[in-house]
Amino acid sequence: MREIDVSSLSAWFGSKQVLRDINLGIERGSATAIIGPSGCGKSTLIRCLNRMHEEVRGARVEGKVLFDGEDIYDPRVDPVVIRRRIGMVFQKPNPFPTMSIMENAVAGLKLLGRLPKADLEERGERALRAAGLWEEVKDRLGDPGGRLSGGQQQRLCIARALAVEPDVLLMDEPASALDPASTLRIEELVTELKDRYTVVIVTHNMQQAARVADWTLFMLYGEVVEFGPTNKIFTTPEDQRTEDYVTGRFG
Amino acid sequence: MSATVSTFEMPRTISSQRRTKDRLFSIALWTSVVIALIPLLLIVYRVVRLGVAAISVNLFAHTALPASLPGGGLKQAFLGTAMIVGLAIAFSVPLGVLTGIYLAEYGSGRIAAVVRFTAEILLSIPSIVAGAFIWALVVVALGNFSALAAGIALTVLMWPIMARATEEVLRLVPTELREGGLALGYPRWRVIMRIVLPTAGAGVFTAIMLAVARGLGETAPVLLTALGNDFVSTNPLKPTDAVPLRVYNYAQSAYPAWRALAWGGALMLLVGVLVLSVTARMLSIRQQRRMR
Repeated sequence: MREIDVSSLSAWFGSKQVLRDINLGIERGSATAIIGPSGCGKSTLIRCLNRMHEEVRGARVEGKVLFDGEDIYDPRVDPVVIRRRIGMVFQKPNPFPTMSIMENAVAGLKLLGRLPKADLEERGERALRAAGLWEEVKDRLGDPGGRLSGGQQQRLCIARALAVEPDVLLMDEPASALDPASTLRIEELVTELKDRYTVVIVTHNMQQAARVADWTLFMLYGEVVEFGPTNKIFTTPEDQRTEDYVTGRFG
Repeated sequence: MSATVSTFEMPRTISSQRRTKDRLFSIALWTSVVIALIPLLLIVYRVVRLGVAAISVNLFAHTALPASLPGGGLKQAFLGTAMIVGLAIAFSVPLGVLTGIYLAEYGSGRIAAVVRFTAEILLSIPSIVAGAFIWALVVVALGNFSALAAGIALTVLMWPIMARATEEVLRLVPTELREGGLALGYPRWRVIMRIVLPTAGAGVFTAIMLAVARGLGETAPVLLTALGNDFVSTNPLKPTDAVPLRVYNYAQSAYPAWRALAWGGALMLLVGVLVLSVTARMLSIRQQRRMR
């Protein structure tokens, strides 16, 4: 069953159109990679899936994004509620600097009302374990989140997103600011997470897409060029432009 | 390593001409610094020397007395200034900080431009104009001079400082942090309360302290609104004394005892402003380190 269904989606920054008539279906429990050269609209597309695009001044969206059959752009829908069910991890790790590691992990849970402290910490631990960070931080949960290494910070941000138990996890080039070892950790994590969550990951690293994704979407100039099983995109693409890109002839 | 000989030869020593120039400029710069510091040091030296001599228990424990009687103090002025500045803080902090938040977080378009422009104009109006304005608005309406009117007059001077400084420090908070909060499902006001303000915390506090330091020493607006009082007044609706007022009045008097009290008051003002400025400065340095 399709969990997210995008139909005729277009997006603008001011008068500049960055997405043109995107159509895309994402299945529950799959990992989808979005690839394409810089500026092709990958990040904008992913930010349209949890209504983060509109947070930028002058940004505008048209079209439909059905999530569990409901249009998230329906005027009656509160974007805040959508974002609690569709979590997001950003390119640059952004732990909250005034909060400790544990406080960062449970930052999203505090919105759900007052939970007992024990309950909160248990869910925080579960999220940190799911993000593969627990063993490294369990003895210093009170330290500021900003004191962790870049890779650990990014896993803390993943834990923060997982703690609210979303249905979908959007990742916008989550490893592009990290060293190779940390990148590998994040990739392993994505393969683990896709069993329990629907994952959409933007990447400019084609090997990464090939390693982690079941489905791959190739974009160019704000349009979808080709969408299909990752294997097919990388071995027998239908479009000449896809082949040129995945074989490294441009981009 | 290349075998060819470079056509440029690195000079081994700095030419004497450049050395001389360097020395001349260094001397010129140091001289400017010293010239700029001389008046400041002279003022501080004189205020401290004469002010310390005037400090006694009487200065804080007694109210004003006629010059012919010994043992007069400035108790009523210190308490009056505390009340006036306290009122000004109570009015201007919410107003200034909220305006700063509005300008940094919501402010786009024409309304924000108007608010920002207004704050900028208010920043540069002479303080006596603010005093005269509040005199006409509050003193005349209420029928007498009061601490309340003085507090409002200082608010007119203090809130634009706070608003602009708060806006500046909130803008330093990285957008990524706001997006992180929004992506977790935080409503906008909650992103500001739980993420943006705590991150900018010390910066906002610095903005408040700099504005208070400004308000503390203002004389003209207080003169036109609080009037002054020889006795302790605890009623904010009655004429009230203030330290800058006493300093202004006693400094021009013919009595050595009163002039001594003026120095004492001046020293206390100087110390107050210095403590506020230095604390603000230290907090903002610490903040800059944390933001990095």
